[in-house]
Amino acid sequence: MNFLIGGIMKNAEFKARLLEPDDIRRAVTRIAHEIIERNKGAQNLAIVGVHTRGIPLAARIAQKIVELEGVQVPNGKLDITLYRDDLSEVGLQPIVRQTEVPFDISSRRIVMVDDVFYTGRTARAGLDALIDLGRPSSIQLAVLIDRGHRELPIRADYVGKNIPTSRQEIVKVKLLETDGEDAVELYELRGEVLG
Amino acid sequence: MKHLLDFQGWSKGSLENVLETAKVMSDVLDRPVKKVPALQGFTICNVFFENSTRTRLSFELAARRMSADVLTFTSATSSTTKGESLQDTISTLEQMRVDCFIVRHGASGAAHSVNKFTKAKVVNAGDGRRAHPTQALLDAFTLQQRFGSLEGLEIAIVGDVRHSRVARSNAELLPKLGAKVRLCAPATLLPRELEADGVTLTTNLKEAVSGAHAVMALRLQLERMNTGYLPSLEEYRATYQVNSKTMKHARENALIMHPGPMNRDLEIEGDLADHNKSVILEQVRNGVPVRMAVLYHLLVGKS
Amino acid sequence: MVALPKNGVIMKIEIKNAKLSDGSSQDVLIENGLIVAALSGAADVSIDGSRYLVTPALIDPHAHLRVPGQEEKETLETGLMAAVAGGYGSVVSMPNTSPAVDEPELVQKLIRDAEALGLARLFPSAALTRGREGKLLSDAAALKAAGAVMLTDDGGTNEDAGVLRRGLEYAHALGLVVSVHAEDASLRGDGVINEGHTSEHLGLPGNPVAAEAARIARDLEICALTGSRLHVQHLSSARGLALVREAKTRGLPVTCEVAPHHLTLTDTLFASERFYCDPVLKVAPPLRSQSDCLALLEGLRDGTVDCIGTDHAPHTTAEKQRDMLEAPFGIANIEITFPLLYTRFVETGKLELSKLLELMTSGATNMLGWTAPTLEIGSVADIAIFDLNTTKTVDSKTFKTKARFDSPWQGEALRGWAVCTIVRGKIAFDSR
Repeated sequence: MNFLIGGIMKNAEFKARLLEPDDIRRAVTRIAHEIIERNKGAQNLAIVGVHTRGIPLAARIAQKIVELEGVQVPNGKLDITLYRDDLSEVGLQPIVRQTEVPFDISSRRIVMVDDVFYTGRTARAGLDALIDLGRPSSIQLAVLIDRGHRELPIRADYVGKNIPTSRQEIVKVKLLETDGEDAVELYELRGEVLG
Repeated sequence: MKHLLDFQGWSKGSLENVLETAKVMSDVLDRPVKKVPALQGFTICNVFFENSTRTRLSFELAARRMSADVLTFTSATSSTTKGESLQDTISTLEQMRVDCFIVRHGASGAAHSVNKFTKAKVVNAGDGRRAHPTQALLDAFTLQQRFGSLEGLEIAIVGDVRHSRVARSNAELLPKLGAKVRLCAPATLLPRELEADGVTLTTNLKEAVSGAHAVMALRLQLERMNTGYLPSLEEYRATYQVNSKTMKHARENALIMHPGPMNRDLEIEGDLADHNKSVILEQVRNGVPVRMAVLYHLLVGKS
Repeated sequence: MVALPKNGVIMKIEIKNAKLSDGSSQDVLIENGLIVAALSGAADVSIDGSRYLVTPALIDPHAHLRVPGQEEKETLETGLMAAVAGGYGSVVSMPNTSPAVDEPELVQKLIRDAEALGLARLFPSAALTRGREGKLLSDAAALKAAGAVMLTDDGGTNEDAGVLRRGLEYAHALGLVVSVHAEDASLRGDGVINEGHTSEHLGLPGNPVAAEAARIARDLEICALTGSRLHVQHLSSARGLALVREAKTRGLPVTCEVAPHHLTLTDTLFASERFYCDPVLKVAPPLRSQSDCLALLEGLRDGTVDCIGTDHAPHTTAEKQRDMLEAPFGIANIEITFPLLYTRFVETGKLELSKLLELMTSGATNMLGWTAPTLEIGSVADIAIFDLNTTKTVDSKTFKTKARFDSPWQGEALRGWAVCTIVRGKIAFDSR
C-alpha cells in the first residue's frame, strides 16, 4: 500500500491488523464514559474533531455521550493545515479544508479528537487553531491510538489504545465514514515510490 | 507552482483548489482573530512600478493575515529611468531573503522577467495590458460565492477591452472554469484576436448583456478620447454605459461587477454601483482571501 | 589567430586554390591593395583556399555604428571590427546619430577616423533633412562632396511627403540614392511589435503591416512622380514586398533591401518561453509572421529584393534589458548575417550560394550605382574567406560589437563563419 508522507509517495508493507470494528466501538464507548466522568457530566461540553478521521470519531463520541447522558453535545470540525509548523508535511498542492465550529467555544470545555497521536505536532497546531476561535475554559485531547514518539510536551487525556511502534511503521486508522470499514492496521515502510 | 504570472500551467483542478482555499481564508477573516500563522517566517515583497494603492494594500493585508513579513518597494516610474535595471532591483531585493515577489509593472512581460531573475516565487499583480490573474481569481471567487459554480455562467465584460488586463485575464480564466465570456466594446477598443473558445466578441451592448448572469463594466481611461479611440464621452455613455436599462436585458438576478476604481456615471451608472445586485464591494473584500489562497499555495505547495 | 598590426605591414598575400562560389578554383594573389596576376616576390602570407569559400568581401548597405554621440552602444572600432569579423569589407553607416550626420565635416571625420582603423571601409550616408527632422533639406551637394554615399532619415519616417519629394528630386540630380524607413508614423502609433494575434494576447501595442505598406505605396508614388532613385530599407512584410515588385514591373527606379531578422524570426517568438516579451527581439519595423518571412525569401530568389542590409543596430545590454515599452529598437547581427543566411537558406537548398553572395555584395553596389566587386586581376583586394564546413554556435558574449546582449539566435549552430577578411589588400580579420 502507498502512503503520501510529506508530499512523497512511500510504499509500506502490511504487518498486522491491530483493532477490529468491535474494538473501535468499545474504545469510543470507553472514551465517552471517561469524558463524562472527568467532566462530571456533559454540561458545557463540546467535541471538536481534527480533519480527516478525527471528525467521524468526534461525531461518534458525541453521539455516545448523548446516549449516556441525554444531553446534546455540540460538535465541530477543525482543519489545522494553516497552523502547521512543518510545511514539509504539505503535499504538492496544499489542501485546506473548512473549519466548522458553529458554536461559541468561549467558556466551554472542549474535547479535541484525533485518530492517531504521534509527534504531538498536530495536537499543538490544533490547540492554536482552537484558541484563535475563542477562549475555551479548558481543552482536553482524545485519541483513538497513541503510538508514542512525542516531540512536544503534550499528552492525551483519553486514549483508546496505546500501541508502541517504531518510526518505520505506519498506523492506519480506517473508519466506516471515510474508508468504508472500521479497522486499525499496522504497516512497515519500505521506501519511496518512484515516478 | 513557482509563480502565478497568468493561468498557463494552472489546471482547472488546481484553480478550483485555490478557490476552495480562498473560502477557508474568507472564514478566517470573519473570525475575531483574523490571522493564521500559515506563512510565519516567510518574507513577501511587493514590487510596484505602477501606482496601485488598492491592489498593493490587498496583497499586503493578505500576507499579514497569514503572518508573513511584508516589504514594499514602490516606484512610480520604473527604476530603469533612474539607471537601475529591473534585474538589478530584483537581485538587490532578493538579498533580503525574499520568498515571494508580487510584481506590478506597466509593461507586458515584466512579471515573467522578474521570474527569470529570481528563485523566489512570483505573483503577477498586473503587467501592462496583459494579465492581472488575482483580479480574475477574485472575480471568479465572487461569482462562485453567488452561483455555487461557474459552470455554464454567461459573463458580459463591457468597456475598454483593448487596454484591459482584467478583461484578458478573465477571458483566460472564466472559460477554464466552465463559464462563457462575452467581451463588448466599441470596435476601436475590441481586438478581434481575443476571440477564443468560450470567448465571443460583440460591439453590441444589448447582445452582450442578453441572458448574462453577471455584467462587468471596465474602467475607461479618460485619455482614450485624446488618442482617437472614442469620439466623445457622451457617445460612449449613451452606447456602452452599464446602467439599469442595460441590466433589463440580463438575467433577473444578474450581478453587477467592476474591478475598480470606477468612473461613476461614465462606464457605470452611479446608482447601479450601489444597487443590491452590485457585488463591487464584495469583489474588493474577496481580494484579500483570494490573494491569501494564492500566496499560501505558492509558498507552501511544492513547485 | 595571427596577431597583426593595425594597417598591417603585410603586402603580399596568396590564397592558393581558392574555392569560388561557382565551384571553380583559382589562386588569388594580392599585392599593393590589388588583385594581381603574379606576386613580385615570396608571399608574406599564404592561405590554403581549398578548404574555404573565397569571395569579394561583403558590403552592408545599412548598419548603425552610433558615431558620433552614442559611443556607449558602439564605436567605429567595435562596429567595423564586427563588420570584418562577419566578412564585410564595406559598410554604409546610418546618420541617426547624435548629432545627426547632416554636416560635411561630420562625414569627413567619420571617413578619416574609419580609415585610420584599417578595418572595413566606411561609407557614411547622410541625413536627407537637417537633424533628420523631415523638414528642411540638408546640404546634399556638400555632403556628397564630403563623401556621403546616400541620403536618408532612417529611423525617422519622412512624414512630410512634400519634403521627401523635393529631397528625391534634389538628390537624384546629384546622383545620390535616397533611402527610406517606410512606416507611417500615425498607423504605427506606439506599436512595439507586429500587430496581430501575438500583440493582442500579450497586450502589447501593435504596429500593423499596413503602416509599412501604406508608406511604401505613398513613397512609390513620389518615386514615379519624380523619376528619382528610391531605396526602401529593411522591408519586413509580404505586402510591402508586393508593392515594390509591382513598382519594378512598372519600371520605377526603386530598389529595396531585407534584413536577416525579418527573414528568420517571427512575432510569435514573443509568446515563446525563451523570448517571452523579450526586447532583444524588439526591432523596427517589427518581426512579422512566418508567411512574411517566406514571402521575403521568395523576394530574394525572384530578384525583387536587391540586397541584404543587416540593419545592425547595437545597444547596451542595460538598454535592451528594459521592458518592452521602454527598450530601444534594434538587433546586433553583422557578425552572423552570412553564416545565418548560409545555414538557414543555402544549406537547406532554399537559396543558391551565388544568389546569396550577390545579395550581399553586388546587390549593394548596384543599388548605390557603383561597379560590382570582383576577384578579377586589377580589382581592389577586398576579399572575404568563409569556412562552410565548421559548425560554431552563436554566442553574443564573444561578439566584437559592443552590443553583446542576448542574441535572438543565441546557441544556434551555424556554418559559413568568416575566417579571414582582407580589406585594401591587408588582412583586417583573421581567425584561422
